Parts: sequence; structure tokens; C-alpha cells
Amino acid sequence: MLEKLLLNHYEAAAVILSGIGLTNLLLQRNLIKKIIGLNIMDTAVYLFLAAKGYVAGRAAPILFEEGGKWVTNPDVYVNPVPAGLVLTGIVVSVSVTAFALALTLRLYEHYGTLNIDEALLKMTEQQEDIEAKVSQAEEDVLA
Amino acid sequence: MNEISMFAFNIPFVSIFLMMISAIITPLIPNRNRLPEKLSCWVISIVGVLSAYLLYALTNSGQSITFNFAMGHFPAPWGNELRAGPLEAVLSLVFCIAMLLSLLGNFSSTQEDIAPARRNIFCVLVNLLTASLLALTYTNDLFTAYVFIEINTIAACSIVAVKEGAETVRAALRYLVMSLVGSGLVMISICLLYGLTGHLLMQNMHGAIQVLVTTQNYMMPLTVSLALITVGLAIKSALYPFAAWLPDAHGSSTNASSAILSGLVLKGHIFILIKIFCRVFGLDVIHALRMDTVIFILGVVAMIIGSVHALRQKNVKRMIAWSSVAQVGYIFLGVGLNTIAGIAAACLHIIVHATVKPMLFTAAGGLSSAAGHKKGLHALMGTFYVNRWAGLGLIAGACSMMGVPAFAGFASKLSLMLASFDSPFVAWSLAALAASSVLNALYYVPAVIVIMTHSKDAQKNFTAPPPTKLYNFSMLAFLILNFYLGLFCMPLLRLITRGVNVL
Repeated sequence: MLEKLLLNHYEAAAVILSGIGLTNLLLQRNLIKKIIGLNIMDTAVYLFLAAKGYVAGRAAPILFEEGGKWVTNPDVYVNPVPAGLVLTGIVVSVSVTAFALALTLRLYEHYGTLNIDEALLKMTEQQEDIEAKVSQAEEDVLA
Repeated sequence: MNEISMFAFNIPFVSIFLMMISAIITPLIPNRNRLPEKLSCWVISIVGVLSAYLLYALTNSGQSITFNFAMGHFPAPWGNELRAGPLEAVLSLVFCIAMLLSLLGNFSSTQEDIAPARRNIFCVLVNLLTASLLALTYTNDLFTAYVFIEINTIAACSIVAVKEGAETVRAALRYLVMSLVGSGLVMISICLLYGLTGHLLMQNMHGAIQVLVTTQNYMMPLTVSLALITVGLAIKSALYPFAAWLPDAHGSSTNASSAILSGLVLKGHIFILIKIFCRVFGLDVIHALRMDTVIFILGVVAMIIGSVHALRQKNVKRMIAWSSVAQVGYIFLGVGLNTIAGIAAACLHIIVHATVKPMLFTAAGGLSSAAGHKKGLHALMGTFYVNRWAGLGLIAGACSMMGVPAFAGFASKLSLMLASFDSPFVAWSLAALAASSVLNALYYVPAVIVIMTHSKDAQKNFTAPPPTKLYNFSMLAFLILNFYLGLFCMPLLRLITRGVNVL
């Protein structure tokens, strides 16, 4: 068991990191920390893909010359698809992070807090205030 | 290629591409006279007509034709592919119709809720959302599916937040966090599956998974990746234990957004899960890994608990939103039966819910604007007599959700019941369907009674302008669709079954 873990230490690290990221994304109350958790989780997946995609002793998937000839034997190169997936994943993760941060900014403008539960609490308090005022006004009208 | 014309062959790609192009040019056209919205409606109509033609081309010979469209003409194991069959064509047609009617029906309420400067952004988001739904329907490549799931997430959270307000921002953030958990799990699972199979195209993955299962190699990672992708997509489609974000997001946003989110966005994710079950793993592998039982149990729980939560709501939009949780439970019940008939019934329920739920949200929006924008259920007393089309819509929607014969919901519930006779869980399935129908009646019937109760005090306060012709037209279209699905669903069900067979 331990041997296998040591053999696949990159993958093991990726799994542990993505676990940490997911836990942070789910359990942190502060939204900035949540977003950092999301980034840790995404980066762990890229580590996993990069580790899976690399075969020791092979070259990056870019054609190179040897003795005046292009080396076209596919066994010399690693698979380019995992790198492509990582690139796509990075683009997605950057845009999602930007969007999440923008929404967090709006939340802070509206509630003055970065904690989503506190925001809910403040909103219900505001609603109760409004309801109290409305019922007060109704009583005044009746009187 | 002899079987279908070149024109029909290109439709899946062209539909996605048209929506994307329309999303790109919408910010460039003048933001006045509601031009952006008109453009979106026209483009969605064109895509709808194209999908209808594709459906005709795929089925008119009497066989069920499917084809793979290689993007960029790279051959199969390497290139990216779209795949279209009868089921995909039906679903994209229904998505386009429901999207168009939700936009048209809520044309005036969108005007009230969204600031003029933001309206073209709303249209960009709607176009992107449609594009991602079509892409999720047609794609044959799992990583493309992931990318469009993320596009869908961003667009869906934005159309919640596009209505300015403290509540919508909070709801959108909550939705975003849950969605990101879901798409993160989906991504991890796709990477695991890629590591296991070495492919991203669904059919090639299926071949590799069959080999793994027959040799019993790597069963643990396979089970883990199936569980992760199922949970990830279940979070995004609001299956019950993961549905806490839904009522906030769907209850607080503008009516058009609620209709689109409830009717369509959830369905895109459910359909990609169905494709993963049928096309990537195969139903026998799903059964061997026991995922069908898990889905079935969660579906039954969602049907009951969703309705129980709906019973406790005082806000009419939140009530309808919780009812969506229950309806998603019905769909997952059908998927959990793990037979062709069960999945066909689930797809029929996807279509039924995609037409009925936007109708309910549009009707509720019309009624609450008749009552001076009050959303509380008691404030809607007597509104039926102010906006009769909206009232009729709510009544028809309620009957449909309860499963009254001749309404759309009856057809799908009946087919779910018939499908469950082939399953070992038949007693559970029938009991859950019956109990959930009664619970649906318990909260929809009071709502109908409230809107039809005459009340002199309330009617004096109703100062809303009369509903527009567009509103009445879309409500009429929704009602016609509802009765069509309820009365003539058998040809559609046969078509869907053929589609599921060749999925």
C-alpha cells in the first residue's frame, strides 16, 4: 500500500491537495478563503493531470530536429492532451475566480461582510425592521 | 451521409455557433428599443426551427438516425465530436421553445426588474446559457461537456445577480459556491476517467470501460469516478440533499431568470448525466456499481422532502422553486430505474417540466405584479380576476404538477409508473409517486383557491397595468403545449424511447 503511494507520490499529493481545497470551499465561512480553496482544488487537479501526462524520458510534444531530420516517431514525445486539458482548465478557473471575486465585492458593498451567513442574518434583521415599521405605520393609520 | 442532407448534418454545430455569435454581437448593437432582446428572441427562434428540421430529418425515414459531427475534421479518437440523434433534437427543440416563451412572457417584468443599462448584458447571458445548454445536449466529448458546464455556471449565476439587489447577490453567491463544488467534482472525475481510459470521447471511453469491467481491473477508481461525477452533476441539478441553494436563487431572481433556471438549466445537467450513464458507462455497468440504487433512493427522498418544504413556504415563487426540487426527484427516480423505459420516462418528464415550470413562474410573476409586486401567497387573493391568463396558467400548471389527466404532468407520471413495473423497487416507486402527488396537491390547491377567492379589499389595491399581448400570447402557447403533452404524448414517448435506444 505504502509502496504504491510512494510510487504515485504526485497523484497522492494531488488527491490530498484537492481534498484540502474542497474542504475549504465547503467549510470556510469567509468568501475569500472559499475562493482560495477553489483555486487549491483546481490546481491539484492540474498537478494530477501533469503527473499523469508525463512519461519519464520522453520529450515535450513539440517537434525537434536530430541530425538534420525531424523526429516524427510518436514514442519519443509525451501525450499533448493532458497539457491541453490543463490549459483549458486554467482558463476556466481564472474566469470563475474573477466572477466569484466580483460577486464577493458586491456582497461586501451590500452587507459590509464577507461572511455569507452573516449576510443572511443581516438581511433577515433588515426585513424584520421593515415589517415592524410597516405594522407600526398601519397601527398609526388605524389610530 | 446518404441518409441525411448536408444541411441537417451541420445543424448541431450551427445552432451552438449561432447562439455564441449572437452572444458576442449583442453588446455591440444599440441598447435601445429593447433591440438586444428582440435579437436574442429571433436567434433562439431560428435555432428552434433548425432543431425542428433536424428532428424531422432524423426521424422521417422511420429509422432513428444518429450521426457524429467531427469538429475541425479531426478523426475519432483524437478530435472533438458532436453527436445528434432523435432525443438530442427533441430536447434542443424543447429548450429553444421554453427559452423563447420564458423571455416573451416576462418581457415586461424584465423591463421592471433590470436596469436599462444592464439589459443587453442580460441578453448576452441568455444567449450564452442557450449555447451551453445546446452544447451539453449535443456534445460527445466529456471535457467539452466540462467546459460548457462552467460556462453554464457563470451565465446561470449571473442571471440571478442581474436583478440588482442585496438578496440576489447573496443568492447568486450561494448558488455559485455550490455550483463550483459540483463542477470541481465533475472535473476531478473526468480527469480520473481520462487516466483510466485514455479517451475523452464518450464511445471510446465506453469501450475502454467495458474492457476494465470484464477484466475487473481498476474497479475502485472506476467506482470513485462514477460517484464523483454523479454527485457533482446532482449538486448542479439540485437533487435533494444538495438542493439548499435552489430556492434562494430561483425565488429571488427576476421572473424570466427563475423560469429559465428552473425549466432549463437543471435539465441540461441531468441530460449530461443520462448521457454519461448510457453512453460512457452503459446501464449494466451502472447497475454493477450500484449507482442506480443510490440515484433511485435520492430521487424518492427528493420527491417527498421537496414537496414538504414547498408546503411550508409563504412566498409563491419560493413555493414553486421547492416544487422544482420535487420534480427533479421524479426525473432521478426515472433514471434510477436503470431501464430504457425508465430513462425515456425521465426524459419525458424533463420535457414536461421544461414547459410547465416556466409557465408557473411566468404565471406567478403576472399574478404578483397584478397584486402590486407582493410575493406572499395571501397577497395574491383574487388576482385571478385581474390577470385571467396568468390565473389560467397557474391552474393548468398546478393540475399538471399534481398529475390531473389531460395535463402534461399526467403523461410523464403515468410513464414513470409504467416504467417502474420492470424494476425490483416497483412498490417503493409507486408509493413515492402517489405520496408525492398528494403532497403536490396539498400546496398547489390552496394556491389556486387563494387566487380565485373574491376579495373586495384586495381588488381596490390592484393598480397594475393590464397584461400585455405578448404575455397573453406566451401564456396561451404554454397552455397549448401543456395540453398537447398531456393528450398526445404517446408519439413523443415512442420517439424518445427510440432516441434513448440509440443514445
